[in-house]
Amino acid sequence: MHGLINRAIERFVRDTYGRDVWGAVMRRAGLDYTEFESMLTYEEHVTHDVLGAVASVLERPLQDVLEDIGTYLVSHPNVEALRRLLRFGGPTFTEFLHSLDDLPARARLAVPDLILPDLELRDHGSGRFSANCRGGVPGFGHVIVGLLRALADDYGALAMLEHKGGRDGLEIIEIRLLEVEHASGRSFELGVGVAK
Amino acid sequence: MTFHAENKGPLPNSSPAMMDVLCPMHAVLDATGHVVHAGPTLAKVFGSMPLVGLRFAELFEVKRPQTDGSMRMLLALAGVKLHLRLRSAQRTDLKGVVVPLAPGAAPAGGALIDLSFGISVVEAVRDYDLTSSDFAATDLAVEMLYLVEAKTAAMEASHKLNLRLQGAMIAAEEKAYTDTLTGLRNRRALDYVLERLAEAEQDFALIHLDLDYFKAVNDSMGHAAGDHVLCEVARIMVEETRSDDTVARVGGDEFVIVLKRLTDAGRVHDIAARLIARLSQPIPFADRICTISASAGSVLSCVHAHPDMERLMLEADTALYVAKDRGRGRHVPYSPDLGQACDRRSTAGCSAVGADAISTGPGPEDRAASKELDGDE
Repeated sequence: MHGLINRAIERFVRDTYGRDVWGAVMRRAGLDYTEFESMLTYEEHVTHDVLGAVASVLERPLQDVLEDIGTYLVSHPNVEALRRLLRFGGPTFTEFLHSLDDLPARARLAVPDLILPDLELRDHGSGRFSANCRGGVPGFGHVIVGLLRALADDYGALAMLEHKGGRDGLEIIEIRLLEVEHASGRSFELGVGVAK
Repeated sequence: MTFHAENKGPLPNSSPAMMDVLCPMHAVLDATGHVVHAGPTLAKVFGSMPLVGLRFAELFEVKRPQTDGSMRMLLALAGVKLHLRLRSAQRTDLKGVVVPLAPGAAPAGGALIDLSFGISVVEAVRDYDLTSSDFAATDLAVEMLYLVEAKTAAMEASHKLNLRLQGAMIAAEEKAYTDTLTGLRNRRALDYVLERLAEAEQDFALIHLDLDYFKAVNDSMGHAAGDHVLCEVARIMVEETRSDDTVARVGGDEFVIVLKRLTDAGRVHDIAARLIARLSQPIPFADRICTISASAGSVLSCVHAHPDMERLMLEADTALYVAKDRGRGRHVPYSPDLGQACDRRSTAGCSAVGADAISTGPGPEDRAASKELDGDE
């Protein structure tokens, strides 16, 4: 699994629960190091072991943890760069939803060996969508639920999201767009990211 | 994207409103080169300044191909990629292409020029506060901005990894170049330093130093005492040398000191003599006293036009053997006659080097001889 994914889990735990909890997670996962390196590749089981350890250390269901990771990735200031990259998906939340299919390709464009699960959006009309999430870590759909919920907020849209379960490596997410702009949302200026 | 100038369709079957959607950075020029219409993004770039009525050449400088910016020249360059620069504070670079208006289209004899930021899009977006709706839906500008940002973030992560790996590498190298007991450099480090000095053709002095009576300390007082003595010796040698000199432990009780930039035999002798004097001071260990001394031979790289490291080491070695032979506890600088003397002696059974093993300490005759010899130098 790509180090970026493991690193995201690490950042989530450290930024939300602190270093001590993260240390406990890594010990529980049976790993003898404490930090993941974004630009290295780790064995598949490591991600699985770490996620299991997070759930057991936090005493929370894994799917809740996964959803929180998704929310964290969009809303925490420490990972603002990722929020910005996601916002390039479109100027409105609806347009962002329509760019979901491109998400794995966009990720690969930035980091060629970062493989994300396939996403496919279906538009059922009158603000109802479903997103199919296929492959990758089981439960990845829960991350997408958290991520989309936070992004809807970020865009200032009001949306209801629900994980409809999964089988045979396919997870289905139901999206109901209640209001495209219920609040002002957070600003996104195209030219800010490289201003440094 | 509203259209004010009615009846001024720039091209048959197209309208400025259409062009505003397809090419939001276009401008329509009349036969005299004056702007009659500007696309919404182009207008935004100029801010509050109204473009209509101004001459194209006043707004833009055509950098390449070279031209005076007149309408006649622009039309002659129809279809050719133009490199332009905005005549504004930001001096933004632009790419452009001119197309003459079709016969019958108003304004007669006019042209349409479409512009793009090209590679300067990153700065332009910032400078003019552009959003994705300022670009045509088919324009790859936003994708390019995404890519720039994504690659910057990825590079940053890679850079951090590189720094960490570099740190680990330096630590590993440091370990590989360090003598674990004394913390001095080791033989490998010495070879490296000498190689670098040879490459840089930098002058230096080499002192080869061997402890006297060390084996006796080790044998009579134990290895712990021996190790303690070696650490003390190391500490003294580091104190007596400059920070960019190299002090290496190259054998059990054998050391090589590289003194950078030294070309004066007198100074080298002073340093060696001071070192030997300090090393001859009793070294307390637990409730006992260890007494050692040191012999040293030295050589200057500057005496050779093209110093060969192996030869220099050999010469310092020869001088060291002579120092041992002359009664220890002294420094002997290398000179060519030493080599001959040693050769003669070794054929005649000269074995001063091995003598350390059975020697227990300098006798009175030795001391006297050493004074005599020191006086000779």
